[in-house]
Amino acid sequence: MSRPKSPRIWQLAERRYRLLGVECKKCGKRYIGLRKICPNCGSKELRDVELSRIGKLYSYTIVHVPPAEKEHETPYIIGIIELDDGCRLTAEIVDCNPEELRIGMPVEMVFRKIGEESESGIIYYGYKFRPKL
Amino acid sequence: MSNLKIGTQVAIVGYGAYIPIYRIKLDEIAKVWGDDPKSIKRGLGVEEISVKGPDEDQVTIAVEAARNALKRAPEVDPKDIGAIYVGAESKPYAVKPTASIVAVAIGASFALRAADYEFACKAGTEAIISCIAQVRAGMIKYGLAIGADCSQSWPDDILEYTAASGGSAFIIGRKSSNTVAYFEGQYSVTSDTPDFWRRDTVKYPRHMGRFTGEPAYFKHIVAAAKGLMEELGLRPSDFDYFAPHQPNGKFPLRVAKMLGFKPEQVKPALIAPWVGNFYSGSSITGLCKVLDQAKPGQRILLVSFGSGAGSDAFSLIVQDAIEEKRHLAPTVEELINRRKAYVDYGLYCKFWGKILM
Amino acid sequence: MRDVAVIGVGMTKFGELWDKQLRDLFVEAAIQAIDDANVDLKDIQALFIGNMSAGLWVEQEHVGPLLADYLGVKGIHTYRTESACASSGVAFRLAFMSVALGLYDIVLVGGAEKMTDVTAPESTHHLACAADREWEAFNGATFPSLFALIARRHMYQYGTTREQLAKVAVKNHKNALYNPKAQFRREITIEDVLESPIVADPLRLLDCSPISDGAATVIICKAEIARKFSDTPVYVIGSGMATDTIALHDRPDITVLYATVKAAKEAYKMARVEPKDIDVAEVHDCFTIAEILAYEDLGFCKKGEGGKLIDEEETEIGGRIPVNPSGGLKAKGHPVGATGVAQIVEIVTQLRGEAGKRQVSNAEIGLTHNIGGTGSSCVVHIFSRSKR
Repeated sequence: MSRPKSPRIWQLAERRYRLLGVECKKCGKRYIGLRKICPNCGSKELRDVELSRIGKLYSYTIVHVPPAEKEHETPYIIGIIELDDGCRLTAEIVDCNPEELRIGMPVEMVFRKIGEESESGIIYYGYKFRPKL
Repeated sequence: MSNLKIGTQVAIVGYGAYIPIYRIKLDEIAKVWGDDPKSIKRGLGVEEISVKGPDEDQVTIAVEAARNALKRAPEVDPKDIGAIYVGAESKPYAVKPTASIVAVAIGASFALRAADYEFACKAGTEAIISCIAQVRAGMIKYGLAIGADCSQSWPDDILEYTAASGGSAFIIGRKSSNTVAYFEGQYSVTSDTPDFWRRDTVKYPRHMGRFTGEPAYFKHIVAAAKGLMEELGLRPSDFDYFAPHQPNGKFPLRVAKMLGFKPEQVKPALIAPWVGNFYSGSSITGLCKVLDQAKPGQRILLVSFGSGAGSDAFSLIVQDAIEEKRHLAPTVEELINRRKAYVDYGLYCKFWGKILM
Repeated sequence: MRDVAVIGVGMTKFGELWDKQLRDLFVEAAIQAIDDANVDLKDIQALFIGNMSAGLWVEQEHVGPLLADYLGVKGIHTYRTESACASSGVAFRLAFMSVALGLYDIVLVGGAEKMTDVTAPESTHHLACAADREWEAFNGATFPSLFALIARRHMYQYGTTREQLAKVAVKNHKNALYNPKAQFRREITIEDVLESPIVADPLRLLDCSPISDGAATVIICKAEIARKFSDTPVYVIGSGMATDTIALHDRPDITVLYATVKAAKEAYKMARVEPKDIDVAEVHDCFTIAEILAYEDLGFCKKGEGGKLIDEEETEIGGRIPVNPSGGLKAKGHPVGATGVAQIVEIVTQLRGEAGKRQVSNAEIGLTHNIGGTGSSCVVHIFSRSKR
């Protein structure tokens, strides 16, 4: 059963392509989510920023049991990455052998296909990370 | 037809390529279809080819190449790019241009011209021509031209041994001290030659074997190259490099000889022996490899070939800025060798999408 | 605020209940609780129902009126709460508050979930809806993968081992041998856990609670009328609730479930007890690592020493702080919306002294700990044989 999600994908597409986040003007913290209120200091003054495209691996796991939209793609690696500007996010780690994974490993952002709504539906792209070359 | 030495001079501001990390050795393919790997490799002059990863496609390759080109053009604000053209024959959408996705991915402005081009393997150079024309006409400050493909091939067809994934991107603008190579001239030929084609709803292309050689590849490349050289009053010895379309590792050497170029002039451009044929990304990635090593003042002849058929020839002169800009992004050599992950035929089919689901 | 007592409990068996639908499960559990409490259906003034997503799993929303209708109590007040796997824990807190604050005198609160009618990848997708859809699930994170990220970090920061995690599953399976309602009633060994298929490295199949169907309900009333219905009323002496970030990556230290810490503090404060006063606890072991975290975040041991606690067998039924005598989510089963109240059913049973071979001796004060998602929500309740 395919559930078209085109507008919902489009709402965040640019932010995913360019790794756009927000930065609190008051306390400086950065977030990947499109926030209007800073969870750290409560300020409502947040501005769009291009997050750092380089970071370190904070934690990782190798997924063998997939959700429906990632069937046929296992095993794949999911990590929490701490970007150089302090912002953290969750993404797939690609172009990497599982044996290379270690906490603290330098990684960099790449533009990849995340999935597609169906064979006749739209394709969605976004950010993934690979070991820094 | 196109002496670009008079009037506004146009140049490459930044260039970039992208090649996936996966490779398949021709031996693996031969194993499955019962061919003799030695004769295949010898005949084609190719050892292994690149394979797109399972989460890569023509769009992601185009974006990565564009980002590398921008790395070599740090003075360019993406918002000043007035046009983006992408040449491809393996776009994931038959209707929805890759250029529109690249535009947002690189942070281009909403006020933008964009479209995708198709002319088999010369669609990438078509994109370059459009950008040159619009820059010359004063319609745009910068243009972004991309040629990238996840080349298709019929299972158990000779093309399976060379059809590979990769591409390159060029930021085109007015010649200045920041540009790495300027265009001296451009000459194209077009005919209606049914050497290789792909019907609308069919997944893989068809071709006419040896007919793709003399009446197609060689005829058009020679005609475009000779046409350009005549217009500019140049001979093969005036060029330092010859970067033709690379359907395999042999044809480029043969057509070079036919035109009167020496092997040392064409070898620096070669990529096919190690990564195969990128279709719309082929000749232009060879150009990138040349730019990675060329010296200021040297002259390059780039000639693409697109089945159907036609050829675009360009003459370029390398400028001083190449020396500082060259290392701002991975070179083609680095992309070919930095990290290789070999796959067998099963994984190749899974990654490329040849398995019926 | 009035005192509140639990006067009746009921739950279905948890498991792959192929021939039962969501409404069947809830009604079955409800009837058990009503019989246990000796109340009349018409005495019940409201239904509080926890259910994570009947919409995704069985294409049914409006669960409150649905279940009221099938219970035959047309006209009754219904409230359906959703907080992922803490849905019925939250339902219980709301029900407790409504009785404590005098809105109602007797209410039924329960939870139900029917998860086995879809394929495993679909269930995995639905469960991932408890995480951050746009910034975690969209990028391929699954529930097990998020807890695996926590496990790996916990192992990195504190040296927690794979064997220690496995011991949680081994203990819970052993306890479930004595729980007739449990989904799995077979012993497993550490080797079984370590050799089971990988789900999200380092977590394996036997580190993960199963996909289950089931329902659990309790009847609660104002304390002053409890003895009309039950000789063994169990009193709610503490309740706490808290939330944490929706996405794991937005937390400063992913090895601490801040929502557990805060909710537990609130509950302990209200109950005027400390962690050492707890005689028995039912904690949210959706994955083995989650039980280790619960030991630490509920204050049963210091942060990072959860592995040591299980090594020392302190959380066995005969230990210093018995945890999950029911078999926990791992062995009892985890129909997500039902779990919160199922934990309460177990604690009430323990405090009544009716737990048979899995009885914790002299259990006076019990605690339930129910989390949603990766601990983005948490509800903690404390129960006692005597009033506050």
